[in-house]
Amino acid sequence: MIDSTYILLQHYWWVIVSLLGAILVFLMFVQGGQTLIYSLGKTEDKRKILVNALGRKWEFTFTTLVTFGGAFFASFPLFYSTSFGGAYWVWMTILFAFVLQAVSYEFRTKPHNVLGKKTFEAFLFINGLLGTVLIGTAVGTFFNGAEFTVNKMNLTNPDNPVISQWQTSWYGLEAVLTFHNVALGLAVFFLSRVLANLYFINSIDDEIIIPKAKKSLLVNTIPFLVFFLYFVIYLLVKDGFAVNPETSEVYMEKFKYLHNFLQMPLVLIVFLVGVLAVLYGIGITIFCKISTKGIWFAGAGTILTVLGLLMVAGFNNTAYYPSNFDLQSSLTIFNSSSSKFTLKVMAVVSIMVPFVIAYIWYAWKSINNKQLTQKELEEDDSLHVY
Amino acid sequence: MIENFDLSLVDWSRGQFALTAMYHWLFVPLTLGLAFIVAIMETIYVRTGNPEWKRITKFWMTLFGINFAIGVSTGIILEFEFGTNWSNYSWFVGDIFGAPLAIEGIMAFFMESTFIAVMFFGWNKVSKKFHLLSSWLTAFGANLSALWILIANGWMQFPVGMKFNPDTARNEMMNFWDVALSPVAINKFLHTITSAYVLAAIFVVGISAWFLLRKRHILFSKRSIIVASVFGLTSSLYLVWSGDGSAYQVAQKQPMKLAVMEGLYEGKEGAGIIVFGVLNNDKEYNDDQEAHHFKVEIPKLLSFLGYRNADAFVPGIKDIVEGGYTYVDENGQTHTALSAEEKMKRGKMALNSLAAYKQAKADGADSLQHASLQSLEENFQYFGYGFLNDPASIIPNVPMTFYSFHIMVALAFWFMLVFIVALYFVYKNQIEKQKWFLRLAFVTIPLAFVASQCGWIVAELGRQPWVIQDIMPTVAAVSQIDTMAVKVTFFLFLIVFTALLVAEIGIMRKQIQIGPKDE
Repeated sequence: MIDSTYILLQHYWWVIVSLLGAILVFLMFVQGGQTLIYSLGKTEDKRKILVNALGRKWEFTFTTLVTFGGAFFASFPLFYSTSFGGAYWVWMTILFAFVLQAVSYEFRTKPHNVLGKKTFEAFLFINGLLGTVLIGTAVGTFFNGAEFTVNKMNLTNPDNPVISQWQTSWYGLEAVLTFHNVALGLAVFFLSRVLANLYFINSIDDEIIIPKAKKSLLVNTIPFLVFFLYFVIYLLVKDGFAVNPETSEVYMEKFKYLHNFLQMPLVLIVFLVGVLAVLYGIGITIFCKISTKGIWFAGAGTILTVLGLLMVAGFNNTAYYPSNFDLQSSLTIFNSSSSKFTLKVMAVVSIMVPFVIAYIWYAWKSINNKQLTQKELEEDDSLHVY
Repeated sequence: MIENFDLSLVDWSRGQFALTAMYHWLFVPLTLGLAFIVAIMETIYVRTGNPEWKRITKFWMTLFGINFAIGVSTGIILEFEFGTNWSNYSWFVGDIFGAPLAIEGIMAFFMESTFIAVMFFGWNKVSKKFHLLSSWLTAFGANLSALWILIANGWMQFPVGMKFNPDTARNEMMNFWDVALSPVAINKFLHTITSAYVLAAIFVVGISAWFLLRKRHILFSKRSIIVASVFGLTSSLYLVWSGDGSAYQVAQKQPMKLAVMEGLYEGKEGAGIIVFGVLNNDKEYNDDQEAHHFKVEIPKLLSFLGYRNADAFVPGIKDIVEGGYTYVDENGQTHTALSAEEKMKRGKMALNSLAAYKQAKADGADSLQHASLQSLEENFQYFGYGFLNDPASIIPNVPMTFYSFHIMVALAFWFMLVFIVALYFVYKNQIEKQKWFLRLAFVTIPLAFVASQCGWIVAELGRQPWVIQDIMPTVAAVSQIDTMAVKVTFFLFLIVFTALLVAEIGIMRKQIQIGPKDE
């Protein structure tokens, strides 16, 4: 019994969740920037400019993360219950890092903040480092698998009714033992710093910060490319987690992800255009002295690249959250999704998304139409300064 | 049977959720209410063009911003805790529960975070009107997010609009509007947001009273008191009205919670409501001891509030455990209540039928599959009882629920009185002379937070052992992780949130001491 509307909705929601994830990775330039405050800002004044430039965007990243979580829960609840409830330490560490971030901008320079400015700056750094590396590493397990079992019939056993069970006592931290996962984490980390530099170059007007940001851009681009290329090349040659559409059986297929790219040319194009746009954004900023538009190319490129990778993880009969412990427990977009009805309701809700993007765009345009300067921070009394 | 399962894991997981939720709820009500108070003040500014009102608006906005940040910080964890600590719950009801969370993100959080940026960064950059609109949209965004999460909570208290699917072993949504417009959810939303408005109004009145005591910012303070008192008094009326609605819903849908709120062990016709009472803590549900050492009661009021009939029978804790009384359901049909023992038996039948259904389906045994499914559907309403073994385990913690409920109600009337008296003295133009009242208003601030927390204790402890009423108990909802891991994160949250709270209070105090800035 094939329900093609249901299958379409499952694909639609995988695209939406992937798109939210992709936008999140782009917006993590805020996190990358938080790790650069001290290397780009050698004096209090300069650090203040950097923090204020990031401070106008942090909530945006944060809200995207929360919405990503909510949308993933609503559309693929079995992932939510299996991964969050099992890879406990990884997700909890990420969440702690974001808890610390959310107060830091507002509290950092306020008098009587008890913990002191340095502490809040340390919080920002911790968030920037752990947030990016661990989210990247966690997404790496989409391609390398994790250690869990899923058995829905456990529910009928009152002695131990838990459906999704993790099978290591490291509760997710074991993901760092697979270098391919970590490579993605580090690629995300350095990418976030690359994007942060591009963002600073775009939004700050300061003759000391900008040359430093340009240098930092180059310094971070190199490790980004190394880890990213390692991740992609290894991905193309490794075995992947394939699903037999007739029997739903999961099996290992050689060159699965390479096959996915080749069998879905549109995804391949999205991915390649994304990578080229990232490189172009970096390139024009490094080689063309006056260009400040790099962030737009690299940002859009990041979104397309991540979108392409997540399509490869979930489409074309692939298990997007595979289990190494029990291959047949692996999650696919079919066995982990919400019901057809819920996906349909949510699809109606998603019609509002363009409207949301439009008002965000309009509101930001109306308050951020020129570059941030030290002069503005010092002289404009009406400004909310972090 | 359930002894095999690590009970301390459930307790620590509950403890962690309670800890994080209570910390979150320290900040959220102030955000919800202050957002509207600020928007009202700014409206007066835009209408009158009087810069004094801009000064007033900006002062309260500063406190709003500080409080908002820590509300965001403590909030993210709650969303993800459903997955990290309540894994089984997330699958069992994720099909219904996930949607409000996603809608909250798409509809509310982006609205809130976009327009709060305009509020804080937009002065002198956007037109007065657009800035004012942004303040209102921030307030609406914040309250809209409350709507969706409270719909989700209301659904847990009174699950509707869904059907259990034995093939996927979860509940699936059948009717979105039944979930979104469930009377329990709507009442919960109204009661919760109005309580938040009252809390914020008490906060504004209390801080302004403090200024008046110091003879600082006299005009500013009086104006703030007027706006906050009118807003607070109006909200109080809705608070009482929605509180009555909540009690009515609880009586219909969660009779055990109602019985525990009042410490009512033996049901009776024409039951009264306790104004003040001391519980007998040695009382067991099935012994002959008095339930209260002492009580002052308004006769028949509980029957009237719960059933709109002063002589209606209100079942007590013992009646609900032992069954045998008659009640009328929402369709007007009369039933005899089952005992907890019988419900547990039927719950186990539901669990066994599900197992048998799956087995029969795997074996291709059609008639057995059909029979098992039928038995599952007949007994599904008691599904959660299948995980329980002791009839007494359906009784929530009586003292916590009883005292929290009575403290909450008493304080709500106290707040109303504060608003009325404040308005009276402002009207008589002598509020700054009434030192005793100003002091009282100032010390009422922490009481507003106490009342608000008490409300959630009643709602959440009062529905134990259920995470979803009658369908899933907390023991069956939890993630299977090391108890030690949960203990570690519990203490990490305790330390981090306490540190952030201390920092927040430090910053708030300083900003209040600095007072409104001159333009």
